[in-house]
Amino acid sequence: MSSEPFDVAAVRSDFPIFDEPINDRRLVYLDSSGTSQKPRAVLDAMTDFYESANANVHRGAYFLSDLASRRMEGARSKVAKFIGATDSAEVVFTKNATEAINLIAGSWGRVNLNKGDAVVLSMLEHHANIVPWHMLAQERGIEIRFLPVTGDGQIDLTDLDRWFDGANLVSLSAMSNVTGALTDLERVVTAAHAAGALVALDACQLVPHLPTDVAAIGADFMAFSAHKMCGPTGVGVLWARRELLEAMPPFMGGGGMIANVTTEGFTTTELPHKFEAGTPPIAEIIGLGAAVDYLSALDMHEVRRHEVELTAYFLRTIKERHGDDVVVHGPAEPSQRGGVFSFAYKDVHPHDLSQVLDQRGVSVRAGHHCAKPFMTQLGVGATARASLYIYNDESDVDELVDALSDASELFSF
Amino acid sequence: MAGLEDLYKEIVIDHYRSPRNRGELVSPPAKHAEGFNPLCGDEVQVWIDLEGDTITNVAIGGQGCSISQASASMMSAAIKGKTIAEIGELTVAVKSMMSVHEHALEDDDSGVLPEPPDVELGDLEALKGVVKFPVRIKCATLSWNTLVEALNN
Repeated sequence: MSSEPFDVAAVRSDFPIFDEPINDRRLVYLDSSGTSQKPRAVLDAMTDFYESANANVHRGAYFLSDLASRRMEGARSKVAKFIGATDSAEVVFTKNATEAINLIAGSWGRVNLNKGDAVVLSMLEHHANIVPWHMLAQERGIEIRFLPVTGDGQIDLTDLDRWFDGANLVSLSAMSNVTGALTDLERVVTAAHAAGALVALDACQLVPHLPTDVAAIGADFMAFSAHKMCGPTGVGVLWARRELLEAMPPFMGGGGMIANVTTEGFTTTELPHKFEAGTPPIAEIIGLGAAVDYLSALDMHEVRRHEVELTAYFLRTIKERHGDDVVVHGPAEPSQRGGVFSFAYKDVHPHDLSQVLDQRGVSVRAGHHCAKPFMTQLGVGATARASLYIYNDESDVDELVDALSDASELFSF
Repeated sequence: MAGLEDLYKEIVIDHYRSPRNRGELVSPPAKHAEGFNPLCGDEVQVWIDLEGDTITNVAIGGQGCSISQASASMMSAAIKGKTIAEIGELTVAVKSMMSVHEHALEDDDSGVLPEPPDVELGDLEALKGVVKFPVRIKCATLSWNTLVEALNN
């Protein structure tokens, strides 16, 4: 690992969007948890595909179809390697992480869960990891348990043996999109497997920000999205252990997922295509491959180191400048969290805060972050959320901290 | 602050700071509805007491940003004592004042907006500025949509 400082200026120059001013100010983009910006390499890979290799995949023996297929499968191998999967057939492309979790519930859940079975979630889950299970519960009468959350915004892992007793699946966020809290995955996986439950991880915030190794983590399913890791929208990933995918029925039916179709029925083709009915988002998958190359060249250990340092700077600076006027949810210790900060500032509503910050080009999310049960537990309707990534540096944090004073001026009463 | 004067007019901030008709009414007999802005978590509750056709009392609950809560407060002041027919006209007038963008984007492909009814808007006029901030239009219209729902309940 190098001890060179992470070169944010060089990274920023790879992202065309930073060339455009917002409200006549430079863009201070602090919503990468919502979606990341895209480097030129990703945009170029997608354009290049359409300009020089466009054809449908796995459809013909002609040159372009073969080229398109090889580029798409090349991207699959890159993604597999990026997350430590040795078998690229375990990487299933979906529309997004939401579809990946729906696939787990709709395919694995439908054949493996019956009345009286239990799925364990937590209070801080994203709606994408709550609603599919509610839907399954309505259909099959399964029980859903919600692990509590600690005062500093982490999933409370005390008493896991009791919580997991009799559970069939534990499906948890690996890193909170609200508080940035990292979940102790080793503890979760060990306890879940000891209880005979499988483990699914919502890794949307993990994979873009931390080195991720599915073999080391030991989970059974993992879902994440391309667009939060410098890739395009429209493609997500479900990774699952091969034997689980083999045993699962298809999620959607159509072209590309069959071995044979007759008037009587159908048989499915091999993994991973069994779960990829219809023409996939080919250009987007290739874009994701380029995003993985881009992040790998930066080195995910370096990315993590940069974000831990910037997280420490954020937490320190906002407290120094605004003291008790600001409340930041989530762990105080940077090593236990990613750079996602939900915060309250005085009594200014997050929506108004976001509007005022926008005047300075500072882009933060305001709302419930698709985690309403967690918002209810925090006792708030909404929070403002700033999140950091590879193109942010201390000057972005300073801009945010300065801009908060504008809100104070307008809404101090 | 520069650029936001049209949105955060003094009278809007005043209604946000000192909301009118905050509270609850006993329901039934009061008609009640709860409205959410699913994008951002704004929440408005509306209770109405009716005598015949006339609104005799209003109460507003909920939480949210300055625009959603000020709009609810202004609405509560404007509708008390009015008949259902008058409120129907007022609702159309207010929404056509604020939702130019909504119409243009969503359901109007003719490019021609219907002529709004000729109604005295008073304080409500202050919310006109939200048209310049399209993401806030839903905050401003939430209470009016909730009112319609309450009347239909």
